Amino acid sequence: MQFAANKYPARLAGVRLVAALETYGGSSLMVRFDDVWLRYRHADRAPEAEALRRISFEIEDGGFRWLTGPSGAGKTSLLKLIYLAEHPARGRIEILGSRAARINRREAALLRRRIGVVYQDFRLLPQLDAYDNVALPMRLARRSEAQVEADVTEILRWVGLFHRMRARPDELSGGEQQRIAIARAVVARPKLLVADEPTGNLDDEQAERLMLLITALNKLGTTVIVATHNAGLVERYPFPRLSLEHGRLVHDG
Amino acid sequence: MLGLRAALSDRLLPVLVGAMSFLAALAIGGALACATLAASWQGDTAAALTIQVPQPTEPDAANDGTRLAAVQRALAINPNVRGAAVMGEAEMNRLISPWLGSDAAGLGLTLPAVVTAQWAGAGGTAALAAQLQAVSPGTLVKTGLFWAERVAALTTSLQACALAVLMVVALVAAAVVAVATRSGLAQLRETIETVHGLGALDSDIAGRFAARAIWLALGGALGGTLLALPVLAWLAWLATPFTGPARFSDFFNLPPALLALVPLLPASAALIGWVTAQLTVRGWLRHLP
Repeated sequence: MQFAANKYPARLAGVRLVAALETYGGSSLMVRFDDVWLRYRHADRAPEAEALRRISFEIEDGGFRWLTGPSGAGKTSLLKLIYLAEHPARGRIEILGSRAARINRREAALLRRRIGVVYQDFRLLPQLDAYDNVALPMRLARRSEAQVEADVTEILRWVGLFHRMRARPDELSGGEQQRIAIARAVVARPKLLVADEPTGNLDDEQAERLMLLITALNKLGTTVIVATHNAGLVERYPFPRLSLEHGRLVHDG
Repeated sequence: MLGLRAALSDRLLPVLVGAMSFLAALAIGGALACATLAASWQGDTAAALTIQVPQPTEPDAANDGTRLAAVQRALAINPNVRGAAVMGEAEMNRLISPWLGSDAAGLGLTLPAVVTAQWAGAGGTAALAAQLQAVSPGTLVKTGLFWAERVAALTTSLQACALAVLMVVALVAAAVVAVATRSGLAQLRETIETVHGLGALDSDIAGRFAARAIWLALGGALGGTLLALPVLAWLAWLATPFTGPARFSDFFNLPPALLALVPLLPASAALIGWVTAQLTVRGWLRHLP
């Protein structure tokens, strides 16, 4: 897999500069949690389940954080708060310089377009082929078809699945689906990449390739948060780590 | 993008909307037919004037001839009365035969004379009645206004029924679109949640559903309306004896008002489909963060 170093970063840098001038007004924090609590409401009127408690941390522009912890510690819940799929019960969240509680639905949607998400279960649209799945964020952002074609084919080459672009998700292996999900998450050049167990379905070689891809993006300025169980990966890529246990942040650094 | 072809079926929804359009076309046709017939009947009935002259051969009040002749003279000089004519014996017998039998003359009854005319005056007939009373006491003047008012009330009632039918049809069509849309949303829940998570605006998602609903409703309504046209033509042809002489060429000669309103049905169905789908999807999306 060869990253198109000449073409992609130049365009990315241009977009990033404009976005930075427009949105952040000089702030260098991409994610900020201040005493955040999350409770899940149950439909059957059972007591609310407390998923996260007293979570406070910051991630600077261009930073990389591992998110670790045992199953049920609240990793996915924390990521959901970051990509605005949940509202906190308490506390203050700022994402890409916007305070989550103060934005309306339209602004939240526009903010989501700047966050790339790799879901644990991929969430590829079964009726679309690999190309159209990857093109989805760009089409939602109403980019021209010429640009969509250029960027999607480039990113498909980047993840090594150009030759599978017309395959539907059910025709792809778990690892291939994972790579398509990653391609979809990064094709629109997000400022923030959130990945939930991105290596969960990959063998060691594929996981390594994926990490090379994610770290390359990070070097280009994308802020990255990766939830993982893979201790070996965390050791090989010694980035700062957020650790959760029973919904509490027990380690930051 | 959302796979709406599979989720919003192109069979059930158009068929149901088509059936609603068919009923709506019939309701519009019925309302217009009522209005046309009522206008025709009201014009003739309201203007009809019937004058009953009891003891027509007796001398009039001035002792200047018969009571009937006095009434005829008074009618002849009144500018608001046109076409005054004494009803003939045969016509009188035909009218009273249901009550008195076919040989009323043989019963030895003194029947009043009946004069028919057309009233062209703008106001009521009280002055005419008083004038005829003066020359021939006991003369009764009746107009068709009483029946015309009842025909008008009946027409209004029938048109209100047609309007109610149209509203019910519109509500049912909206309900059909809403149910189909909710079914589609349930089928595509994961897809929509994913697209929403990727930054799709509510208007993007609702717009996709609404666009599909427009075409399905439009197609169904066009079909239903086209099916209703020959039925309407047949009903209009059946009604031609009431509005004029029936000719086979009248079969496809639908009233202009009907031809103007019926094409609005598919457009209305499309609008109902668009609005209902938009509201349904936007309401559903409120459950997402």
